[in-house]
Amino acid sequence: MGPEVKDEPPVTIQVTDGVLLPKKDKPTIFTSWAIAFTLAIALLVILPLVKPDPYLNILATFPSGILVTFQVTFSAIVLATLIGVFVGIGQLSKITLVNRVATVYVEIIRGIPLLVQIFFLYFALGRFFRLQDFPAAVLSMSICYGAYMGEVFRAGIQAIPKGQMEAALSQGFSRSQALRLIILPQTIKIILPAIGNEFIALLKDSSLVSVVALTDLFRQARNYASVTFNYFDAYLMVSLVYLVFTLFLSRLVAIMEEKLKTHD
Amino acid sequence: MTEPLVKIINARKAFKTVHALRGVNLNVYPQEVVFIIGPSGSGKSTLLRTINQLEHLDQGAVYFNGVDVTNPKTDIRHVREQIGMVFQAFHLYPHLKVIDNITLAPRVVKKVPPEVARVKAIKLLEKIHLPDKIEAWPEQLSGGQKQRVAIARALAMEPTLLLFDEPTSALDPEMVKEVLDVMLELAKEGMTMVVVSHEMGFAKAAAHRVVFMDQGEIVEEGTPEQIFNRPQNQRTEKFLLHVLH
Repeated sequence: MGPEVKDEPPVTIQVTDGVLLPKKDKPTIFTSWAIAFTLAIALLVILPLVKPDPYLNILATFPSGILVTFQVTFSAIVLATLIGVFVGIGQLSKITLVNRVATVYVEIIRGIPLLVQIFFLYFALGRFFRLQDFPAAVLSMSICYGAYMGEVFRAGIQAIPKGQMEAALSQGFSRSQALRLIILPQTIKIILPAIGNEFIALLKDSSLVSVVALTDLFRQARNYASVTFNYFDAYLMVSLVYLVFTLFLSRLVAIMEEKLKTHD
Repeated sequence: MTEPLVKIINARKAFKTVHALRGVNLNVYPQEVVFIIGPSGSGKSTLLRTINQLEHLDQGAVYFNGVDVTNPKTDIRHVREQIGMVFQAFHLYPHLKVIDNITLAPRVVKKVPPEVARVKAIKLLEKIHLPDKIEAWPEQLSGGQKQRVAIARALAMEPTLLLFDEPTSALDPEMVKEVLDVMLELAKEGMTMVVVSHEMGFAKAAAHRVVFMDQGEIVEEGTPEQIFNRPQNQRTEKFLLHVLH
């Protein structure tokens, strides 16, 4: 903090909480992605072939769980995106009440661990109104990710040059028309990769819903483990399956991002 | 004398500690082309933007067609429909093709049927000499072409007044003329225009009146001939020397 530090440029570290996108023009990330992906696939194929018991047996219990995991993830990402649009706009609103509600929502949700939120909604609030397992899981994930999505939308909207809104207003558009017809369509394009990242994060975090009675992918693995006491193999296989999904999706997001860039 | 289309009375505005406008009075009459010149930070863009209320005044009033646009009760959207604006950085809508850039506001704001808006847009594209760019994307156009499309977009609303905020400042020199030619045509057709620009040659050819602003005030105004050849104020003289090298 002394005066001698004054002339040095401020140190910034750029670390995102999302996944590193394995783009071809980023060779180191791409290589580590390729190694991890190949390794995961190889283990998932070779282990059940060499030792069907227990590996094939474990895998055989997964399909219904995978379905539930994807159902939760897809439903939650759709709902969270919807919440995110409104929260993002709300955070930029000039109407004080709307602005406060949106920003306070984001502050509260981001400060509470998702697992605690799930417990709160399912067990604590469950005393007053009983939610079905699936809606409860989707709702808690959506409320949580809605806040993160709100931040994504806020940043996306702010990234659109101010002149776009001014041009729209100068033509007689209302603010909401301008948002809907001019600002948001441009925002979506910018934030698609970020939404992809949230989707991957949501897929991973969906494993938390196994604490409620929902039988998702992780719950299937836990069930297998608790019956056979073979924790190591069960959790190894489920880790590999999650890994293949997230690595596959991150590459997909990277490809999408590259495509969007070439259109510019 | 006819009633002014734009009447700015004692316009005052401060940005934090900087006084952008300190008591500006200006009338613009129908079919008049008014040029506003002055050094950067003189408040000329701010003044222009108060006319369609992209900028709000601290004090004073702006009348358009007899309506006080600074009154919060005024339906400002209806006023803006009648005032076209062309920006330095074009601000075309990048996610829309040229044709949709031009037809969007007429369709949505004025509820013009799409076919009617389209026919009108095609006519406008001919007028700005870009009839083959109907289906082009803004990113495929040169700077000069973008600005001409921006002019067409403004004209599509059939405005009674056009505001130009340094329309050629972001252009490469070889593209300036194509934009000025379109503006000159509009001036000849009798369009009322307020232009913030340093294109002296164009001002001489098209402007009825030149207004010189400095430090948030109108220092001097007159015909292009008076201002450029016989400036009365030292500040005007100094500025012109600077601009004309």
